[in-house]
Amino acid sequence: MARVPVAILGSGNIGTDLAIKLLRSERLELTSVVGIDPESEGLARARELGVATSAEGIDWLLDGPARPEIVFEATSAGAHRANAPRLEAAGIQAVDLTPAALGPFTVPVVNLGDHLAAPNVNLISCGGQATIPMVAAVSRVTAVPYAEIVASVSSASAGPGTRANIDEFTQTTARGVELVGGAERGRAIIILNPADPPLLMRNTVFAAVEPDADRDAIAASIEAMAAEVAQYVPGYRMTAPPQFDEPREGWDGRARVTVLLEVEGAGDFLPRHAGNLDVMTAAAAAVGERLAAARLGAAA
Amino acid sequence: MSGVRITDTTLRDGSHAMAHRFTERQVRDTVRALDDAGVPVIEVAHGDGLAGSTFNYGFSLTDELELIAAAADEARRARIAVLLVPGVGTVEDMRRAADAGAAIVRVATHCTEADVAIQHFGAARDLGLETVGFLMLSHMVEPDMLATQARIMVDAGCHCPYVVDSAGALVLEQASDRVAALVAELGGDAQVGYHGHSNLALGVANSVLAQRAGALQIDGSTRGLGAGAGNSPTEVLVAVFDRLGIDTGVDLPAILAAAEEIVAPYIERVPAMDRSSIVLGHAGAYSSFLIHAERAAERYDVAAHEILAEVGRRGYVGGQEDMIIDIALELARP
Repeated sequence: MARVPVAILGSGNIGTDLAIKLLRSERLELTSVVGIDPESEGLARARELGVATSAEGIDWLLDGPARPEIVFEATSAGAHRANAPRLEAAGIQAVDLTPAALGPFTVPVVNLGDHLAAPNVNLISCGGQATIPMVAAVSRVTAVPYAEIVASVSSASAGPGTRANIDEFTQTTARGVELVGGAERGRAIIILNPADPPLLMRNTVFAAVEPDADRDAIAASIEAMAAEVAQYVPGYRMTAPPQFDEPREGWDGRARVTVLLEVEGAGDFLPRHAGNLDVMTAAAAAVGERLAAARLGAAA
Repeated sequence: MSGVRITDTTLRDGSHAMAHRFTERQVRDTVRALDDAGVPVIEVAHGDGLAGSTFNYGFSLTDELELIAAAADEARRARIAVLLVPGVGTVEDMRRAADAGAAIVRVATHCTEADVAIQHFGAARDLGLETVGFLMLSHMVEPDMLATQARIMVDAGCHCPYVVDSAGALVLEQASDRVAALVAELGGDAQVGYHGHSNLALGVANSVLAQRAGALQIDGSTRGLGAGAGNSPTEVLVAVFDRLGIDTGVDLPAILAAAEEIVAPYIERVPAMDRSSIVLGHAGAYSSFLIHAERAAERYDVAAHEILAEVGRRGYVGGQEDMIIDIALELARP
């Protein structure tokens, strides 16, 4: 079967976990992992996996003999802002795992079909990948004037980038809840929990709905969406059925649906408690599969 | 005479006990009375800090920016402080609060996560705000670890990290040892503060020990209005420090009048050392979980104090109010 050549920019923990996932693909051929530090453990791990590596960054990738068709950007928002125009000029499609938010916000199970030809596809945030499908599951049944997500992640899985700019997470995710989730107004909250052993990633999605909205249809839509996400994030599950609450003071006459989620990582490279990171690399791999299928289909 | 600076948080921590339903009238009356009494700092915000008005924490009746602006308008001498919890509120929210008249921002993180506030301290200093650092649930780490986290805040631009006993769990030396560790670490680089709750009836006693260990800023709330069994009552702090000859600059008869005549009449739910609050303190759970646990207890027909004990066992931290629903559902399962 023909395969689409792809590369990963960024040799950190995310890049390594993603490499392991991409190596399982039947449609994607991981040709290289590219970093900027020759001493990087991530590059050494990639070599052990049998993947070509370079520590010369994007220049090597663009000047090299075998240009990939798709690049997964697992660097930082700053690095991706610099790399994105060069990738686009070279005709390489970018799947952006950083918070740079340059390309259209994408959640594979919700709106990837709209962006198959986009030069740059942005994956929003870990909390966004975990929760936005549930907001969309409600909003495809009934109007959602307001939705709010709470993501609890273990301190050990929150890297320096997240910590240095936590506002970026809340603001970007809230925008994703609106643009992709379909809520009129979105909010996002993130909590870091230092418990040891680390807790699994937990997410709660609250959506305001009209009191007379069809609750059975909402619940069915949520259950179906959870199953769809679990196809590419195997550790994705609800801890309880959707909860419905009658309107309370301060809710503007609206009822509330609550979805309680847990994400256990696949443990490919990242630890199992880091479901927040796994949901990101799993989403990136799922996006890669679909983009490749579209390319292979177009070529056939 | 040595002294401490009192920050009154009736209009912020008290927001929990008021289910975030403060009116502008209540805020104006309270600020005027506290200001007349000489309280130097008055905190005004949603109980969970700027932008805390959510499903998870409860929606505010009145936009907090309107309350902050009203407070700033009413205060003649007092300075208005706001709380900001990174992950909930943002630098943008801080900027709006500063525009509304806030002069001090208190940036709160869990006691092991100070580095998420570096961004906010930097922005606060750029805005010319005075800064306080809130190390929440300080009982969960040892004094030396807490001091390391306080150092991160100070290096980022914090004028005064606080030992914050969010669970009302610290018992006497457990409070003063933490304050002493911060004082030893920070030397002359910053002041140290203490924020107590009364779940185990030790808010005021711990505050006295904190002052003796070198704390220069102490939090209180009139009538103890606050999360859990409430905060150290401001008027009691003033009376006790007066007995000890420690200057607060607050006029005792005036603060007693403010508590008795202005604040007490509008309190519908008087914070009390009831079973659930004592469990909060004993289990080391975040005090503002109390009302949420009571609501979930009613909704799912389980016991609030059992929810709170489980919160403590699982090590949930401030902000994880949503996990209360999860625990209630588990307890309700046959």
